[in-house]
Amino acid sequence: MEDFLFKVILVVALFVVSLLVAMYSTYGERKISAFLQDRIGPNRAGPFGLLQPLADGVKMFMKEEIIPNVSNKALFILGPCIAMTTALMAGVLIPWGGNIELFGKTYSLQVADLNIGVLYIFGVTSMGVYGIMIGGWASNNKYSLMGAIRASAQMISYEIAMGLAIIALIMSTGTMSLKEIADQQDAALANFVYQPLGFLIFLICSFAELNRAPFDMPESESELIGGYHTEYSSMKLGLYLFAEYINMFISSAIIVTFYLGGHHFPFQNEINEALGLSTNLSTALGTVVFFLKIFFFIFLFMWVRWTLPRFRYDQLMRVGWKSLIPLAILNILVTGIVMWMNGKLN
Amino acid sequence: MQPLTNRSKLVVKKEMTFIEKLYLPAIFTGMIITFKHLFKKSATIRYPEQKREFSPVYRGLHVLKRDDKGAERCTACGLCAVSCPAEAITMTAAERKKGEENLFREEKYAAKYEINMLRCIFCGLCEEACPKEAIFLTDRIVPSEFERNDFVFGKDKLVEKVDDRVDVTKRQTSAVLDFKQNKKLSHNK
Repeated sequence: MEDFLFKVILVVALFVVSLLVAMYSTYGERKISAFLQDRIGPNRAGPFGLLQPLADGVKMFMKEEIIPNVSNKALFILGPCIAMTTALMAGVLIPWGGNIELFGKTYSLQVADLNIGVLYIFGVTSMGVYGIMIGGWASNNKYSLMGAIRASAQMISYEIAMGLAIIALIMSTGTMSLKEIADQQDAALANFVYQPLGFLIFLICSFAELNRAPFDMPESESELIGGYHTEYSSMKLGLYLFAEYINMFISSAIIVTFYLGGHHFPFQNEINEALGLSTNLSTALGTVVFFLKIFFFIFLFMWVRWTLPRFRYDQLMRVGWKSLIPLAILNILVTGIVMWMNGKLN
Repeated sequence: MQPLTNRSKLVVKKEMTFIEKLYLPAIFTGMIITFKHLFKKSATIRYPEQKREFSPVYRGLHVLKRDDKGAERCTACGLCAVSCPAEAITMTAAERKKGEENLFREEKYAAKYEINMLRCIFCGLCEEACPKEAIFLTDRIVPSEFERNDFVFGKDKLVEKVDDRVDVTKRQTSAVLDFKQNKKLSHNK
């Protein structure tokens, strides 16, 4: 019972934190884009514009809700719901920190430790494309449909390369549980040292999965007027945009867990001993470091967005199918050969 | 053919090398360039708090001047309205009554004087045309409004307050003064 209660609290906390991070990612995006372009960014709502996300949220809620006459109403409403739900679902598998002790019992800061965690994450995140596809289709608008088609084609193509990159990782770690993958990197070096190519492929595919520049074909404001969410207004649009930022947060967390050691950091045990930290404090320190790493990746996503122009559609497909997938297969081969030479295969 | 400038470059379409085909070095260079911009000073002027420094002859919001005693200089001659290329100025003249000598400088004055700020092109011809040195363009900015009607500025907004004079000496450069002097002389003949 206590266990269950703790899990519920953890899930709620996770939900709140995801929303909060997504909220301030919008603020961060606007600020970072401003700084990269020698501007100031939002600075009117609250000190340094810190209340800007709230103002945006209020604006979204107050806007008129328009559902086009020609649209399929049920699907039109279902689209953003799916996008939001799937975005929030992947977070439960990520080990957000070590163990904490409460009232003499030890709890893990991970909601669920599935032994097929990697598969679950892939299943859930690839559901996200349904939100986009259904939304674009239900809008009954050619731009939306084009955006949706591009989005689904892009996400499916890049998922292959992403999955192949992960296979190499699973080969070298020998587990599909995210907790074990993270904990293995405590004793040894972080995974990106062993899997540099895999890390790179995974990172590039994450950009494509998130529909972020330079892979923001589905949205491409200049050609498709927003793509799949052209017809959306009010908070339904807000849900789509919000889902995108939550996805960014979650996928940063996944990248960090897979390749950068999750909540572990170099000399963690030494530092904990030197400072004489209790279990709870060292867990808190690990979680803080984990979030710092995540924020770095969120910054990276924004940094790249404001640096690179968009791919052309054929270039995008060429990179996906003709470069990344062969490279990912090569990565699997090389990983296999190295493991065989080290006698890890039996 | 002779090139117009020395800046033209010969474009060569050569095969990209392997490193170039990877794109990663180029992306990395680009990202370093954008990263450097993080620390650059922004060019923004936070407008209501900070104001851009105007040139002394900047032509902004008009002012209807009073003379030293606080009487309005404008005599509603209508030259400004005639000279205005955008037809932004309208006025109604009225005769000065007894006891109003401290309010209006001459026997005739403008009972109504309106400038439509949406029509105005801030060319400054009204200022040039004015024989009484009553209207000037200042370095103030026309404030933004929500309603179209609010952009028609009447005397309440145009005439300077007695206790809050608007300094227009900045606009009186030697060239302007020269010009006004000549005009005055020819006008008096």
